[in-house]
Amino acid sequence: MDRNISTFKQLCEYCVSSKKNIYEIAQYNMAKEADISENEVRNVVMNALKSMKEAISIGINSNELSVSGMCGDDCYKVKKFYNKNHSMFGPLFQKVIEYALATSEENIRMGKIVACPTAGSCGILPAALISISEEYKYNTDDQLNALITAGEIGRIVSAKMALAGAVAGCQAECGVASAMAAAAITQIRGGNIYQILNSSALALKNVLGLTCDPVAGLVEVPCVKRNPFMAVFAITASELALSGVESKIPIDEVVDAMAQTGALMSPMLKESSEAGLATTKTGLYYKSLICKK
Amino acid sequence: MKKSTLFDIILPVMVGPSSSHTAGAVRLGLLARHIYKTEPKKVIFTLYNSYAHTGTGHGTDKGLLAGILGLGVDDRRIKDIFNSSISKNVDYSFNYEDNFRRHPNSVDIEIDGDKKMFISGDSVGAGNILITQINEFKVSLSGNYDTIIIVYKDKPGMVSAVTKMLQDENVNIASLDCDRNAKGQDASMIICIDSPLNSTVISDIENIKDVYFVTYVEKLGI
Ligand code: SF4
Repeated sequence: MDRNISTFKQLCEYCVSSKKNIYEIAQYNMAKEADISENEVRNVVMNALKSMKEAISIGINSNELSVSGMCGDDCYKVKKFYNKNHSMFGPLFQKVIEYALATSEENIRMGKIVACPTAGSCGILPAALISISEEYKYNTDDQLNALITAGEIGRIVSAKMALAGAVAGCQAECGVASAMAAAAITQIRGGNIYQILNSSALALKNVLGLTCDPVAGLVEVPCVKRNPFMAVFAITASELALSGVESKIPIDEVVDAMAQTGALMSPMLKESSEAGLATTKTGLYYKSLICKK
Repeated sequence: MKKSTLFDIILPVMVGPSSSHTAGAVRLGLLARHIYKTEPKKVIFTLYNSYAHTGTGHGTDKGLLAGILGLGVDDRRIKDIFNSSISKNVDYSFNYEDNFRRHPNSVDIEIDGDKKMFISGDSVGAGNILITQINEFKVSLSGNYDTIIIVYKDKPGMVSAVTKMLQDENVNIASLDCDRNAKGQDASMIICIDSPLNSTVISDIENIKDVYFVTYVEKLGI
């Protein structure tokens, strides 16, 4: 079996020729890599899934602010709003927004989260996957398969570029999280390999060039609110792909474009907080309040 | 760049908000603890550059202290470590400095207890770390391997004497790095190994003539 899959093309060809799903290949390779059984791989993933659910259930009931005081009570506000009003998009949409905020707010108040793929983007995949699983009653095994599928997407992207805002901007963190979330929900809804890869390509293309310019250098503004947006994008991408809409540019080439775009972006817009939102009048004002030293 | 695995992407479970500034800080503290081995009584942390500027907001200070007191990256107690009973027997303080020669996320850790030790390290991204200095010696410890650190007199045959002992134990060497101050003076050897070592080998290495100091640093489980 092939343990060295480093492009989506290879993954796709291998899925087709072996008649296997992405998650089967991914968990087999991970087992070999770590020298453990596939069952043990699934146990580790199960622990990640459990921790994601835990972060949601704790985060959704908190309005505690972060140390900086910039963020922490947005989920609370949204929940209050939804108690009286219904989302125009229905109950699933409400959940996605709440779960994404709950998770990323847990992150900034030093709660326990799963960095999937990074801490700043930790709310995107859980929000999409867990809310859809609850609403459509997908079982735990289905959720594990979806999470492993998403992980394999992230792994192949990371074979070409580091998933770090400092390297390629937020497209490489929240963008990749959105592509992973799209793959997860396309998998759980029964999409085939082409649809899964298409959903990821569509999600990624949507956010190429996204800057990383956090206020005061903290993973809070714009990061927290970016999470619900990206989770919604993931669902959009998945539904397009499931209807047969194709990304004209294949995913491998989209990733190449993202890496190139990241390299061309000014270092001032890659996590250094030297431009963009971070150096707006208000961004600098917050910084002066927070960084008193 | 080390190849990522599936687990690297969908893990770790950690306390937020930042893998480099929070989880990385915990791991730096924890690896310093593995190197120091006994309970620290006093610790002075000096945070540099981005660690100094955004450290408070990212809980870098809390992470470093939690790590040196033995907490893991997913321990909810990190957040309140300053007010927790876990930290009440250690005297700790933080300095904040700028130094463009240092990595953007770096820290010096001065530890006092049954001995004095100076450790420097960097948080190199995605929660990965590197201990770069122990006392006066340049090292490169990631915490991903069980590691033997040896300080000895620079002379021919030292490397083979040590590797022979590992071979006899059937221990595979993942990497071996040597560094020295000057020819014929003190030198250091850092050996990363693939399987845990039994403690008698360490005393055997200690008994080699002109070996001054040996320590075995267990890898980080997280
Ligand atoms: S803006 Fe930067 S710090 Fe915030 S989530 Fe995106 S990549 Fe991470």
